[in-house]
Amino acid sequence: MSDFFFFFFYCSSHQARTHVSYELKDDVAVIRLNDPTSKVNTLSVQMQSELSEVMGEIWSNGAVKSAVLISSKPGCFIAGADINMIQACKTSEEVTHLSQEGQKMFEKIEKSPIPVVAAINGSCLGGGLEVGLPGAFDMMLTGRNIRADKAKKMGLVHQLVDPLGPGLKPAEERTIEYLEEVAVGLAKGIANKKVALTKEKGLMQKLQDTVMGLGPVKQKIYKTVSEKVQKQTKGLYPAPVKIIECIKTGVEQGREAGYLAEAENFGKLAVTPESKALIGLYQGQVICKKNRFGTPEKEVKKLAILGAGLMGAGIAQVSIDKGLNTILKDTAVEGISRGEDQVYKGLNTKVKKKALTSFERDAILSNLSAQIDYTGFDSADMVIEAVFEDINIKHKVLKEIEAIIPPHCIFASNTSALPIKDIAAASKRPEKVIGMHYFSPVDKMQLLEIITTDKTSKDTLASAVSVGLKQGKIIIVVGDGPGFYTTRCLAPMLAEAVRVLQEGTGPKKLDTLTTSFGFPVGAATLADEVGIDVAAHVAEDLGKAFGSRFGGGNVEVLKTMVENGFKGRKSGKGCFIYGKGKKEKSVNSDAEEILQKYKLSAPPSVSSDSDIQHRLVSRFVNEAVLCLQEGILTNPVEGDIGAVFGLGFPPCLGGPFRFVDSFGAEKLVSMMRRFEDVYGNQFTPCQLLLDHAKDPSKKFHK
Amino acid sequence: MASMLLNSMRTCPVSPARAVQYAARSLSTTTQLQAQVQTKSKKTLARPSVKNIVLVEGVRTPFLMSGTTYADLMPHDLARAALQGLLHKTGIPKDAVDYIIYGTVIQEVKTSNVAREAALGAGFSDKIPAHTVTMACISSNQAMTSAVGMIAAGQCDAVVAGGVEFMSDVPIRHSRKMRKTMLSLNKAKTLGQRLGLIGSIRLAHLAPELPAVAEFSTAETMGHSADRLAAAFGVSRVEQDEFALRSHTLAKKAQDAGLLKDVISFKVPGRDIVSKDNGIRPSSMEQMAKLKPAFIKPHGTVTAANSSFLTDGASAVLIMSEEKALAMGYKPKAYLRDFVYVSQDPKDQLLLGPTYSTPKVLERAGLTMDDIDVFEFHEAFAGQIMANLKAMDSDWFAQTYMGRKSKVGTPPTEKFNLWGGSLSLGHPFGATGCRLVTTVAHRLQKEGGQYGLVAACAAGGQGHAMVIEAYPQ
Repeated sequence: MSDFFFFFFYCSSHQARTHVSYELKDDVAVIRLNDPTSKVNTLSVQMQSELSEVMGEIWSNGAVKSAVLISSKPGCFIAGADINMIQACKTSEEVTHLSQEGQKMFEKIEKSPIPVVAAINGSCLGGGLEVGLPGAFDMMLTGRNIRADKAKKMGLVHQLVDPLGPGLKPAEERTIEYLEEVAVGLAKGIANKKVALTKEKGLMQKLQDTVMGLGPVKQKIYKTVSEKVQKQTKGLYPAPVKIIECIKTGVEQGREAGYLAEAENFGKLAVTPESKALIGLYQGQVICKKNRFGTPEKEVKKLAILGAGLMGAGIAQVSIDKGLNTILKDTAVEGISRGEDQVYKGLNTKVKKKALTSFERDAILSNLSAQIDYTGFDSADMVIEAVFEDINIKHKVLKEIEAIIPPHCIFASNTSALPIKDIAAASKRPEKVIGMHYFSPVDKMQLLEIITTDKTSKDTLASAVSVGLKQGKIIIVVGDGPGFYTTRCLAPMLAEAVRVLQEGTGPKKLDTLTTSFGFPVGAATLADEVGIDVAAHVAEDLGKAFGSRFGGGNVEVLKTMVENGFKGRKSGKGCFIYGKGKKEKSVNSDAEEILQKYKLSAPPSVSSDSDIQHRLVSRFVNEAVLCLQEGILTNPVEGDIGAVFGLGFPPCLGGPFRFVDSFGAEKLVSMMRRFEDVYGNQFTPCQLLLDHAKDPSKKFHK
Repeated sequence: MASMLLNSMRTCPVSPARAVQYAARSLSTTTQLQAQVQTKSKKTLARPSVKNIVLVEGVRTPFLMSGTTYADLMPHDLARAALQGLLHKTGIPKDAVDYIIYGTVIQEVKTSNVAREAALGAGFSDKIPAHTVTMACISSNQAMTSAVGMIAAGQCDAVVAGGVEFMSDVPIRHSRKMRKTMLSLNKAKTLGQRLGLIGSIRLAHLAPELPAVAEFSTAETMGHSADRLAAAFGVSRVEQDEFALRSHTLAKKAQDAGLLKDVISFKVPGRDIVSKDNGIRPSSMEQMAKLKPAFIKPHGTVTAANSSFLTDGASAVLIMSEEKALAMGYKPKAYLRDFVYVSQDPKDQLLLGPTYSTPKVLERAGLTMDDIDVFEFHEAFAGQIMANLKAMDSDWFAQTYMGRKSKVGTPPTEKFNLWGGSLSLGHPFGATGCRLVTTVAHRLQKEGGQYGLVAACAAGGQGHAMVIEAYPQ
């Protein structure tokens, strides 16, 4: 690589440019982007100004007939705008100005007198896409990843270059070189008119264009798109609506007006609480994807999982596809058969979506050994148990396992509520015992909550974190206690949800109330997803541990449902009825009857839609703050990440702690006091929350 | 396995005169200029504990572009012709052979053990067992080394090995859904069941399934992989076209000079007697430059003209223990010595077999590149050959990917594929290996060298190499 860099620094102009440089290859200017301070290129102020400068030099050089824009970083063209740059702006005007500067540059490239070929290797996101594809300047961006071949079909890119394997240089280096060679060839071809970029439009395309150009049709399109956006965002995310507005302005009133609207709206959006919340989540997630606990003494290469249920099989799936040798053990052949099927289906879905080849799927599956005995456990580096949530069973399993596993092997419990120290009580080596709380479905949910006891060794923690990161998880590390952090926050909210149901709000209405507050999954559906039996179990356990504060709805409601076989989605019935091929789920009328039996009257003073929403959320948030107060959480960032990625706390609110900051602790406390008057200590704000209410300068996030 | 596309270039106008002119500057790699070595002084590779195994004779049918004169035959017909040619040329009694092994790639379903069908049809005794092996483009190499193994193990004394490929007809199947319906129909008992099954057939089920021209594990066609390989090693289009032109030019020269003595005449029923390969067509650099890339469009460098084409053909060799051959009064052509099989990543190193196998087999034999007088490498694509030559010439590649201290070096141009190769003579997948070995034997005799080296790549990221020693004349 060194020669390569030396060459272009030497050739680049006299000024000390650090991010953008260029060299001439015959009559083609090859412009290279390389942010020396980062692993990825972003559209920082520096990058933009240097690029503008370089483009200016190139255009004023008559010998240059075309240009190639390429990144020197393997696997990244431009990863988008620089978030820090946007965050550093104090006002919307500042952001608008930045946006306009960017627009000017994009426009310049688009109107370039010479052809500019963007050679893209790897991620090309947001503004990066606009640099790469000036032709598609006005495009709307949804947060989707598009594979290269798809991008070509969509017409986003003109030509694909395949990555190369080993040659006379490292593959990555040669691939960039090759990409550049092909791009230079293409640029020359376009410049001397040997390559035509536009295809003659077909009759259908012409017809479509004409129809789309008609006034009423356009109005209809705007309407349809707006409605769709409204439905998806529930009006909680302002950006998509603004994007449509910009396009409309651009199409109706001309490009200039469109650009102006875009810059102004971008400025406004950047300073919204939603923007702050989402940027906060992004940054928190980056932190939680780093190993902050060092390299473990012994890398985990062989993993054993006990219990091939939904959880166990899910953990197996995310382990084997990262190359971990994994044993999946259950007590019965039927159990492992079902578990193996789950893993196969999970991987095969990726094959159907063309994210994997069938061959890769098979190779991944070869890392899995499903079995009903303890063969191979004697060489396991880590055991994760996902057996039934019963302390006696956990103890039995732990003792059985410890008789077989090697001394260095870590025992991790995937429990959602049982304190780890209680489980570790049966262990001969409690320093090797840790909690690894996964969320269902494991292959979709990004969070992993790791629980340490005061006996858990640092190396055990480092090992658990490195396995979790390998499995692609976002990790929060919390202290031990009933329900740890996540389950402890969820339990009071679900208890409140049961009470709301008992008070006569139907499951559908409850779902609507919660989703319109920003929860991606409604509270009733969430209970079904978690499992009514699990919810009942947790409610009872935590109720015992925390007393009346965890009360609210009657646990008997859940127990009766379980007795009737309504265990949630997994049993086909819960609050709702689930069936194959059914799109609209219908309310389970038998469950409604049970609710009728336990009916409570709804106190009118706290039963408005908004009050119900805040009753649910405030209990969640108060418990989260209490966790921080008690030291279960070490910082608010992990609290926010855990709530959003594990429990679906509204992302637009950024998590419980950011919610307190933006909503106002004082306002929240006074609201809770009103609920407290009716329901008692379930709504008593915790001390830390009171402290924040008293002193408005206190914020969880700076 | 080049694509069907490649047939199209066969119609290119031919201008041999031009081609010869270019042949002079063909192989553009570094060459170690060496005078024709008189090798009689070199040691022999015979080892006291290892049986001497010899190549008695090798023949092949003319290799024809698929869809030409052989079009109406079946694979075992071609194999039969090669076997009959071998019988004829050696005069060996039809029951003096202990075993018969054939290599093939695309199997005709009716004759899946094509070795047996061909042996019976060629009039060999029905008491001689026969089996068929498959290992992509090194299938007949596998047939030969299996024979060597049987003789070395003392289980056989005389084995016929060969290979056959017939691309004029390939098994095209019904879709999986259709097959399932048809199989269920066999089992259906009532009219109602049958009608139900027939009713379940949808138009889409009728779409046939062509044999895959792609690597199963990666779904990438071989030409595509070759193009990427050429790019990875920085092999230019011009280099590839030059090498292809060299292959055709040398093949034409060898054909005209009557050097391709392994080719037997074959009377195709109802058609003429075929006695020459028909894919040798030296073109010109200008003509070749006009072709568009066949696999990676529009910037790729592998074209129909610098790839091997789909070919019909069969080959056969007679392999014996030296004692047996001498006892039967034969004058063997060569000793078959050390051989290796290698395999690598089927995606990015699909066609690098020769690079991996060459140093390994030389090491086994205790030889260096300088000791080899005759090189015969399988030419799947010009880009593949050039990439292999560059890889063999790179210390960095040897150290980074092969765990070797240094490069093995490249074969000198003047010893390399002097009578043409798969690019020009044709490449019936299953039959090429025997052609390579027989050619080495013939070239050693003709050129007076002592050691020859065969190397080849194969689908699946596999490769093979064998050292051949001249039989004292």
